[in-house]
Amino acid sequence: MKPNRIGPWIAIALGALYFLLPLIGTFEFSLRMRRGEYSFDAYQVVLADPRFQSSVAYSALLAVATIVIGILLILPTAYWIRLKLPRLAPVVEFITLMPLIIPPIVLVFGYLRFYNSSSFLPMTGNVRATDLLLTFGYVVLSLPYMYRAIDTGLRAIDVRTLTEAAESLGASRATILFRVILPNVRSAVLSGAFLTFAIVIGEFVLGSLLNRPVFASYMQLVGANRAYEPAALAIIAFVVTWGCMGLIQVFGRARYMARAEKG
Amino acid sequence: MPFLELQGITKAFGQQQVVRQMDLSIARGEFVSFLGPSGCGKTTTLRMVAGFERPTTGTVSIDGREVTDLRPNQRDIGMVFQSYALFPNMTVAGNIGFGLRVARRPAEEIRARVAEMLEIVKLPQHAGRYPYQLSGGQQQRVALARALAVRPKVLLLDEPLSALDAKIRVSLREEIRALQRDLGITTIYVTHDQEEALSMSDRIVVMSEGRVEQIGSPFEIYNYPRTRFVASFVGTLNLLEGRVLDPDSGRIAVDGQEIVSARGLAGSQAGETRVVALRPEALSLQNGHLDHNRLRGTIDEVSFLGSVVRVRVSLGGSAISLDMFNQASVPPPARGAPVTVSFAREDLVVLDRA
Amino acid sequence: MAQTETTSLPIAAPRVRSGARAATWLGVAPFFLFALMFLIGPTFMLLIGAFQDAEGQFTLANMAKLLQPNIVSAYWISIKVSAASAVLGAAFGFGLAYAAVLGGLPRFVRPVLMTFSGVASNFAGIPLSFAFLATLGRLGLVTVLLMELFGFNLYRTGFNLLSFWGLTLTYLYFQIPLMVLILAPALDGLKPEWREASSILGASGWQYWRHVAFPVLWPAILGTTLLLFANAFGAVATAYALTGSSLNIVTILLYAQIRGDVLHDQNLGYALALGMILITGISNGAYILLRARAERWLR
Repeated sequence: MKPNRIGPWIAIALGALYFLLPLIGTFEFSLRMRRGEYSFDAYQVVLADPRFQSSVAYSALLAVATIVIGILLILPTAYWIRLKLPRLAPVVEFITLMPLIIPPIVLVFGYLRFYNSSSFLPMTGNVRATDLLLTFGYVVLSLPYMYRAIDTGLRAIDVRTLTEAAESLGASRATILFRVILPNVRSAVLSGAFLTFAIVIGEFVLGSLLNRPVFASYMQLVGANRAYEPAALAIIAFVVTWGCMGLIQVFGRARYMARAEKG
Repeated sequence: MPFLELQGITKAFGQQQVVRQMDLSIARGEFVSFLGPSGCGKTTTLRMVAGFERPTTGTVSIDGREVTDLRPNQRDIGMVFQSYALFPNMTVAGNIGFGLRVARRPAEEIRARVAEMLEIVKLPQHAGRYPYQLSGGQQQRVALARALAVRPKVLLLDEPLSALDAKIRVSLREEIRALQRDLGITTIYVTHDQEEALSMSDRIVVMSEGRVEQIGSPFEIYNYPRTRFVASFVGTLNLLEGRVLDPDSGRIAVDGQEIVSARGLAGSQAGETRVVALRPEALSLQNGHLDHNRLRGTIDEVSFLGSVVRVRVSLGGSAISLDMFNQASVPPPARGAPVTVSFAREDLVVLDRA
Repeated sequence: MAQTETTSLPIAAPRVRSGARAATWLGVAPFFLFALMFLIGPTFMLLIGAFQDAEGQFTLANMAKLLQPNIVSAYWISIKVSAASAVLGAAFGFGLAYAAVLGGLPRFVRPVLMTFSGVASNFAGIPLSFAFLATLGRLGLVTVLLMELFGFNLYRTGFNLLSFWGLTLTYLYFQIPLMVLILAPALDGLKPEWREASSILGASGWQYWRHVAFPVLWPAILGTTLLLFANAFGAVATAYALTGSSLNIVTILLYAQIRGDVLHDQNLGYALALGMILITGISNGAYILLRARAERWLR
């Protein structure tokens, strides 16, 4: 009883058509800047634009900060929940899923009200504090992914035994967490980190409404004023996203192979 | 005329031959087991009967009709899987009635048949439960009821008990056998457990590496294994090498001691080396009947197994194990003691040449 | 508790124990503080604000204002786009996942599809809208090719990328991959024995899907569809970059409201936000309820 393969092939072919056409179209469009011939002019213009460089640098910096803060916040929490407070797991899980229910635009609207210049904590009043608020917002957006990745990683190792073994050797909590647990869930943490990077680098609403010069705001600006550069930007963004996902794959496979060798 | 017939069946997956030239006739109402280690082709053969695999060559016939090219849902077969394979989204009653439902039988008939089957597998109160609420043994009874509800011509069981606890395994296998007898349904039972095969079957097909090693009743398979593989796979067995002295009278020498096979050594030549087999329980440390074979040796090892004491006797070059019943009044023999092992001439089995 | 202590009992023991318990809770304090300050608190303040007037007095006027025709229509378009992209995304995503997992295709198909889905599900927002403009916009590759090769004018047919269908088509670019990512593991959960058992009981392939496979997959399909709905409903950037403010969906309305581009009525904005949370909340609540019903046969 061989399954009929014509249907599946048609499905894959149609899917490939739908997903590849926009990429091809965009790439083709991005090459049209010079009249009558294909060129990489649009890319040159974009890459040479100081606002491109500064907005990418700014977003990348925020992404890194988001990842560091996210790990510092979530890893100890997830570890502690597994070790000492498994009863709380459903509550924490629910909270980490809330960003999927609360749209980012609502979240940032809440920030603008909660932290406005006349509130108890006027974080929107000064630029550095706003950067911090934006970073925290990104941490919230990455919660569902980061928590899931780390929790999955912790599930795969025996947290309790590792902790007890380390304790019996005289290790402190911080030592256990960062020198025993973290290395064991490194690949899970990294895959969460790259996903977070991809999300932050393309995020528009938070950065735009908090009035910070993020990459997506720059893209939006270019999109509203230029013809060919947006297509070049879309290709660049796609490559960056692809790079992040590729790195997740690489690290996911590294973990798999390490395990296969052990087994 | 056989009810179920396999003729010249072979199956290859790519380069690999999984089943080689299988011929088998099964009578109506017979219970036949396929016995062998994993990878011997027994499950593949069963799946060819079911229709999940197509034989590379050969034909399958059921009740005088060739079914080789029919799809599983046209073959009128019931099957029980090792993993139960109950549909998780249906209740017990839903599972049992599934075959009748897809055959669009009237609701009243389905209801009656489900109730009847529940009664037969002794789960009448569980109609409304879901599979996850049942124990493994109960799930397998439901699977059995589901397979039988459609009154199939043939019942196939693929290692149905191997996922269960030892105790449930024994009671369920007795139930399956009794049910099979009551219904008179032609059955093929795949297992790697020789005890299961011996206790349940009318006939056993012992398979190894895609080949049929021996077909016979449990009595024949156990007492008269034809090949070394069958002998070693079914039960514990002493294998000894002997030098043929006289093929006609069946005399053969093991470690220089002469013994006789009642069944002769036809086809052998004097001086040739043959492998002979002895069941531990056929051996005795008593002198036994006058014309019994005797082998002298010394006690090498005594292991106390509860109701049975297993004794290893060194015969010089080779060693044999024998089982004696534990009797509280008779202490087991001491290591190093000289003994004589005796056994009937009929119990000496000469195996086919490898 | 202190009253029952006598000198014969070491007083320190229970204190240490309660101290240890406090320390245990302290371990999760940073997380809860963070969630309170940057997730729950701000959202809660919005909900309060939705029922206040500019002076902070309780009022239902903001709720009433939600019934203005332009706001109702914004919600309606948002719901339509989200529902269409969720249902179509689920359907096509199911088809693709089915083809890759159960379709009997060469082995390389599946990892390629999964990796691509991981990328495409995150390729949303501004660059996605650029990509569709460059492809299906008035000067886009496909539009131009259709014109040059077949003389077919896409925009004559009434198609417009800056419309309901255009937006839905664009959203599908991240909705379908998300469905594939979540559904492929669920399809792996279908045991081959179920199919064999149903087939040997006389069921056709269609009957197997109708009675076994689809009911088993139903919670996953339904749940993912609702997730896709919420995903599309909260999206801003794609629509904003694609249509500017020309398509009146609720997120863009709220965006404009916050930016102060249009009438500046903060409390109306809060009410808009409340409405959005209600809709995503209801879709998630419905998911939980339906899932509980569909999953009564699971642990």
